[in-house]
Amino acid sequence: MPDQKAHLHTCPGGLVLPGNKSVSTALPIVGPVIPARLTLPLQQHIGGPSNLLVSPGESVKKGQPLSIASEYISAPVHAPTSGTVVDIGNYPVPHPSGMQAQCVILETDGRDERFQPHHGTEHYSQLEPYNLRGRIREAGIVGLGGAGFPTPVKLNPGPGREIDLLIINGIECEPYITCDDMLMREAADEIIGGLQIIRHALQVRECIIALEDNKPEAITAIENAIETSDNQHIRVSAIPAVYPSGGERQLIRILTGLEVPTQGLPSDIGIICHNVATIAAVYRAIVEHEPLISRIVTITGAGVVQPRNIRALIGTPISELVEQCDGYTEGVERLIMGGPMMGFALPSDHLPVIKTTNCLIAATRDEMPPPRPAIACIRCGECARACPASLLPQQLYWHAKNSDFDKAQDYKLFDCIECGCCAYVCPSHIPLVQYYRYAKTEIWALEQEREKSERARRRHDFRLKRLEQIKQERAQRLQHKKDALKKTVRKDEDPRKAAIQAALERVHAKKISSGDVAKNVDNLTNEQSKMIDEVDRRRSKKQDSPRETRH
Amino acid sequence: MEFRSNTSPHITGTGSVPAVMREVLYALIPGAAVFCWFFGWGVLVNLALAAGTSVAAEAAMLRLRGRPVATTLRDNSALLTGVLLALCLPPLVPWWIPVIGALFAIVVAKQFYGGLGYNPFNPAMVGYVVLLISFPFELTLWPVPNAMAGNGPGLLDTLRMNLAGILPDGTAIDALTMATPMDTIKTGLGLNQTLSEIMSGPAFGAYSGTGWEWINLLFLLGGLWLMWRNIIQWQIPAAMLVSLFVFALLFYLSNPDVYSSPVFHLLSGATMLGAFFIATDPVSACTTTRGRLLYGAGIGFFVYIIRTWGGYPDGVAFAVLLMNMAAPTIDYYTQPRVFGHRRD
Repeated sequence: MPDQKAHLHTCPGGLVLPGNKSVSTALPIVGPVIPARLTLPLQQHIGGPSNLLVSPGESVKKGQPLSIASEYISAPVHAPTSGTVVDIGNYPVPHPSGMQAQCVILETDGRDERFQPHHGTEHYSQLEPYNLRGRIREAGIVGLGGAGFPTPVKLNPGPGREIDLLIINGIECEPYITCDDMLMREAADEIIGGLQIIRHALQVRECIIALEDNKPEAITAIENAIETSDNQHIRVSAIPAVYPSGGERQLIRILTGLEVPTQGLPSDIGIICHNVATIAAVYRAIVEHEPLISRIVTITGAGVVQPRNIRALIGTPISELVEQCDGYTEGVERLIMGGPMMGFALPSDHLPVIKTTNCLIAATRDEMPPPRPAIACIRCGECARACPASLLPQQLYWHAKNSDFDKAQDYKLFDCIECGCCAYVCPSHIPLVQYYRYAKTEIWALEQEREKSERARRRHDFRLKRLEQIKQERAQRLQHKKDALKKTVRKDEDPRKAAIQAALERVHAKKISSGDVAKNVDNLTNEQSKMIDEVDRRRSKKQDSPRETRH
Repeated sequence: MEFRSNTSPHITGTGSVPAVMREVLYALIPGAAVFCWFFGWGVLVNLALAAGTSVAAEAAMLRLRGRPVATTLRDNSALLTGVLLALCLPPLVPWWIPVIGALFAIVVAKQFYGGLGYNPFNPAMVGYVVLLISFPFELTLWPVPNAMAGNGPGLLDTLRMNLAGILPDGTAIDALTMATPMDTIKTGLGLNQTLSEIMSGPAFGAYSGTGWEWINLLFLLGGLWLMWRNIIQWQIPAAMLVSLFVFALLFYLSNPDVYSSPVFHLLSGATMLGAFFIATDPVSACTTTRGRLLYGAGIGFFVYIIRTWGGYPDGVAFAVLLMNMAAPTIDYYTQPRVFGHRRD
């Protein structure tokens, strides 16, 4: 039995949603099947794009890197099987905007030849944490729960940050999705293995595996795996199935009662969260020396004949996965990647599976009806009751609708996680999340604009300061010159010469005050003429660059 | 294959504004039925007139404002406003009273502000208060409860009275009407009678006025059903009833001869109708949890003040409107602590 004694905390808001999970858990995971063509986007993660390593015509082998991480927060992409690169170019990728992005098109040869001999290791505990991180980085592993944040970055909390709790997130709170559930049922030992690797990499002892209490098979499988692995300090915590308790911040709150500060990271409070599928991928990368080239995808919904979970190669066209589920049913109308609450609609099934494709829902009209016309907000407050961030969605809506972005930020717009609970419960059918997205984008644009003008202002201020400095330096130099001349006059003690000198100086001072600079260059010392040359040079420079002076 | 696309969330709950309003109307049925049982057909006449006028006024205004008429009418909000107004009115008022009240409620208090969702004041209460101030005599035309007088006037007699102003043969209006219990108390106290003397009269039942205690109990029942159905939340009614009870208790304990008992207050006048059906009007009430507690408590407080020291026997309508004014400010200062933020 899971640890029932462990006290669970409550999280604000949340919804109990119809799960629709059992439709896709009846059959075991199958695959992977090697399709004829794979489409591999170079950016399947959060962070910088990865830089291409191959060129068209090149033949590649299974596990061969096709690209390399361009920066710290980035991840490489690997060839999921052997074949030939036939094209590199812009192709449609699964993205809310329906955009195109750079992809490697791989024509497979069916031989599935390995790139390098197997040099995985089960003795990962002999490796240094940085070494493990390096291997995980090379394997291109990113968070498989949906966000796609590069995993090695989360394994490096940075100096001065002590991590004392590792949470393995097996919560699939969105309806329909079952890929993590099936993974836990079928490959619990991979998860426990990955957990040990991550624990070693983070040097952390305490660990909680969290899953929902409506997954008895997964709970049993995980507990058995823990028992056989003879591990201490791993707790299994079964929490009530409430959406969105699988969100990192929500889960931390439920398990520990702690809240991650709004602008902070879980590591700020000594906690790191990883998804079960991610750590299973870590296990495969370290022990079996297989980079992230496949993942489990739930294909479900009333729009497919046989919903199930499939291990799919990254880059497999979605249409082929649907074929493996015996195709579409008659009433299919929509295709969603991710869950029905936060996933996004795909315009077509000629798109590849990417690292973050956890679920594909082919839905009929009954399942996902077209949005009902919105009517006025009656301020019933149901949205506020459902909000897991304790926001006041009706106020945010009001201000977003009126484009009053300052007010929207006063009401903490940016703490909205776009979980969709508010829109789900709204009796007026207002597409609330859309309003928040709109306000956020507008604010980002405004901020960029502000930053630009701030930069221009700083540049202008700096220029004024510089001009002032030049002026002062010039005055100083003239003063020096004057002082030097005075001294020579006093040495001579000639009253006539002194009188002429005094007259010259008066004229000189007058010229300075009228902005004109002395041009009597008759009897100058070497040093003086050098100085004057320098001044002239600057002056001419100034005139040469009119753009600068125009400010 | 190509697919239709929309933004997330792709699924929605089953709740809708028309359904919410419909359930509130259902919850009013038991209270309204008992109201009718005690006070006669006039209740139904008022309901028909106010509801009909409300819906017609809403349709006309929507047309004038160029808004969709049929779909908006289907939200049932105008119907509910009319029903709530009618349930506040004495059953023997002439026909133009509910009509004027409903017109004012819908045209001025609701549509002039922009229609459903934009009205800062509860429209039904605005309509009622306008009538109370403009036609104080008509608003005292409460009949003798049937339980005391045997059978009151029949449907036809009531229709003739309310619509044409023709009294049944051989009766005077004074014979048909009597002061409400709270009016009786107010008058009695003014004559230096003690409460126990006043309440020994025939207009009083076990706890409050004859009939009124039952009407209040059935509105309470409807309200509890709404809570169970998750249509309203407990904060506003509970805070209002507790605050009314506490204030009444304090004064009752100090001098039971002058101040009515807290139970009398809970079961009198529009207490339960106000607590569960009027104060909970979402548009004009507070929306935050703590705000709702303050809002409800404020209404309870004002109800007690107005009933005890004010110029009108009941104070629910005024109390609700006063707190409507305060609602935006209360909401502003009672925002919940956002997840991940420190309590400031």
